[in-house]
Amino acid sequence: MTAPRPLEERGAVQPVWVRVTHWLNALGAILMVMSGWRIYNASPIFPFRFPDGITLGGWLAGALQWHFAVMWLLGINGLVYLLLNLLTGRARRRFWPLSPRQFAADFGAALRGHLSHDDAARYNAVQKAAYVGAVLLLVLMVLSGLVLWKSVQFPWLRALLGGYEGARRVHFLAMCGLVFFFLVHVTMVARVPRTLRTMVVGR
Amino acid sequence: MTKDDPGRMRTALTRRDRGELLKDAGRLLPAPARRRFLRGGVTLGGLAALTGCNVTDTQTAEALLMAVSRLNDRVQAWLFDPHRLAPTYPESMITRPFPFNAYYGIEKVPSVDASSFRLRVGGRVRERRSWTLGELAVLPQQEQVTRHICVEGWSAIGKWGGVPFRHFLNLVGADLSAKYVGFKCADDYYESIDMPTALHAQTLLALTYDGRTLPPMYGFPMKLRMPTKLGYKNPKHIVEVFVTNDYPGGYWEDQGYNWFGGS
Repeated sequence: MTAPRPLEERGAVQPVWVRVTHWLNALGAILMVMSGWRIYNASPIFPFRFPDGITLGGWLAGALQWHFAVMWLLGINGLVYLLLNLLTGRARRRFWPLSPRQFAADFGAALRGHLSHDDAARYNAVQKAAYVGAVLLLVLMVLSGLVLWKSVQFPWLRALLGGYEGARRVHFLAMCGLVFFFLVHVTMVARVPRTLRTMVVGR
Repeated sequence: MTKDDPGRMRTALTRRDRGELLKDAGRLLPAPARRRFLRGGVTLGGLAALTGCNVTDTQTAEALLMAVSRLNDRVQAWLFDPHRLAPTYPESMITRPFPFNAYYGIEKVPSVDASSFRLRVGGRVRERRSWTLGELAVLPQQEQVTRHICVEGWSAIGKWGGVPFRHFLNLVGADLSAKYVGFKCADDYYESIDMPTALHAQTLLALTYDGRTLPPMYGFPMKLRMPTKLGYKNPKHIVEVFVTNDYPGGYWEDQGYNWFGGS
């Protein structure tokens, strides 16, 4: 009898719960951003609007309905993802250690086109930073969103994010960061298609 | 829109709000079509491309979104802490000029004759009677400088004064266990709120703005001011208050905006 080995060693690079929560999160985040753009258009903070054609909801009320429905998907799925990461120890195995020095070295290698993705079971430091960053941005979006939705009920969170108007800007900037991550992420997946396979079938 | 030019920002804000609201109002289709307001958006938003949905799916999606909005009403009622107060601000932070906002342009603001005006109070109350403005003016008054938050996202700080609505409801012997307080307005707007919000310490039957009689553009003769609710939940030009257990809906809510609509 041998002791059960971690999933990764048995060949599943991405266990099924990672794949499911990843794709649900992708769907949730895309719908939130598209409906959010429509909401932004009702009263832009900056001197531009998003083209209506890439927004969701048709008008403000429709966009708000999407936003406040999909928030449940994004929030609950995100909690499941975070909890399972902590409980299974995956967060520590895949994202730890993450040192600035290693990040700088890998980032330099990436710019020169020398960064290796050979071992799909191990993230390089740039990947680690990008994925942890995306999770933190999503957490920031949820927290600033809570202040916008319920500013009276979360006074400490409101104060932390610079009041209602501060939270609006944090919510917007975190969205920009997330969209930037999305663009880089999709580009990298296109360059290393094997990673798409691991996120669909697991290995 | 720069911080060092607040005057210009506010003018732009007012103009934009008006434009946006008129645009929204212009999109209001005849009633049967209005209920399907999401269809265009789904196609425009490219969701059809994502899911390959057709018209039937779209109607299902709309019904589902409406159901979630109702669920969110219940969640929000549960989250609402009746003792939690909205932040207040120093008078120096009041937004000047405070933006005008309605579902119509400023030239359509109703004119109400103060001397003949009567506020009707009905429904589940002990004293179904009408009130003159003079009678309301001698009730205990309270002032607040609070942030008005619009469902569109912008916000502005203003100063309102008037009768604490909780006091007024007690005075008329309202059934405080009823679910809703409804409002009818001189501009054909209508609105309804939950009883816990009606009884919140900062909910005012506002008769003044910035120390003066409430001007027509801000809702003369009275508006219900609730810093815990979004702007559209704060009815202006109120002519009737009623207490009821039958869901009265609201002008924007009946078109798809969330009913709880607040913090």
